[in-house]
Amino acid sequence: MPSAGSPAETLSVEVWRGRDEGRFERFSVPHRASQTVLDVVTWIQRHAEPALAYRFACRVGVCGSCAMTVNGRPRWTCRTHVSKVAADGHLRIEPLRNLPRIKDLAVDLAPFFEKWQRAQGRFTPSRTRYDGLAEVNPDAPARKAVDAGIECINCAVCYAACDVVSWDDEYLGPAALNRAWTLVNDARDADRKGVLRAASRGGGCHTCHSHGSCVEHCPVGINPTAGIAGLKRMSLLALLGRGPE
Amino acid sequence: MEPAVFALQRLTALILAPLVIVHLAVILLAVEGGLSAAEILERTRGSVGWAAFYGLFVVAAALHAPIGLRAVIREHTAWGGRSLDIAMALVAVMLLGLGFRAVIAVVCNP
Ligand code: SF4
Ligand code: SF4
Ligand code: FES
Repeated sequence: MPSAGSPAETLSVEVWRGRDEGRFERFSVPHRASQTVLDVVTWIQRHAEPALAYRFACRVGVCGSCAMTVNGRPRWTCRTHVSKVAADGHLRIEPLRNLPRIKDLAVDLAPFFEKWQRAQGRFTPSRTRYDGLAEVNPDAPARKAVDAGIECINCAVCYAACDVVSWDDEYLGPAALNRAWTLVNDARDADRKGVLRAASRGGGCHTCHSHGSCVEHCPVGINPTAGIAGLKRMSLLALLGRGPE
Repeated sequence: MEPAVFALQRLTALILAPLVIVHLAVILLAVEGGLSAAEILERTRGSVGWAAFYGLFVVAAALHAPIGLRAVIREHTAWGGRSLDIAMALVAVMLLGLGFRAVIAVVCNP
């Protein structure tokens, strides 16, 4: 047993192999300083099991493609240090929850992005290229609400962390609704009413239980629960005729 | 429809919270005070106040319960959509019927 402070020299890593049917395979991986979980998976693929399927691109926390379940929690693996999550030298790596599995650690993100579209999580321009630039006041409260949610990297960690997503197939989930919240607050969007309507239909913001698992797990510190509460509030105001123009 | 259903759920919760507390307090007081069923009915029969109190209670509960039940069923079973909405509307009607039957029994003179 390694004592506290001296990390294990070898990590014992269990990795999910297969699709819905499958098994955990155990690998011994050399422990290095500042090693990330993605480094561990890459080591296995390069040195022990070339057929291991997983996904990554940037390795620096920008692209959002490397999320997996690590010791039971959804995480961005390229920015998750082994020393933070596996103090005892054990790692169990599985695919993300709430998404169809493809193979090993790779899941199909199509349903996640389809729900972005169902929430109208896309910008509708209000100007053409011939108009001047829109003036945006960075201190306006609505703009501050946009800024708080805009840095989402589409990693689906929150989507995997949300129990309501796993119970209700129709639920759009925290990331899509967070995107909708940034749009209904964006003065430049030409169809904010439409976004609010899309985000407050069945399966929309009113389905959220506000239990905050998404906030707890979002790696970039976004608070989708707050945005969803904002959508609920805004949809009630719209009922009273005081919604977005 | 969802925003209206959500609003109704919150509004009826707001109404029900104090009503439930008063209802429980009155029951405790009446029972502790040793009132018999006949003595309780004597006080409630013909009372416009109790009729309004329990009438509002029944309406709020009949709206609140099926909305909550609808969410629970949607999340924990495969049932959803229009047929569930209709079933829950029927539950609301049933609660209204049963509730008003009880209110009438308590406040109307036979
Ligand atoms: S707060 Fe809402 S979106 Fe976030 S995890 Fe809970 S139910 Fe899901
Ligand atoms: S809100 Fe956070 S956890 Fe969810 S997809 Fe965006 S960055 Fe990932
Ligand atoms: S590989 Fe791009 S965020 Fe992890």
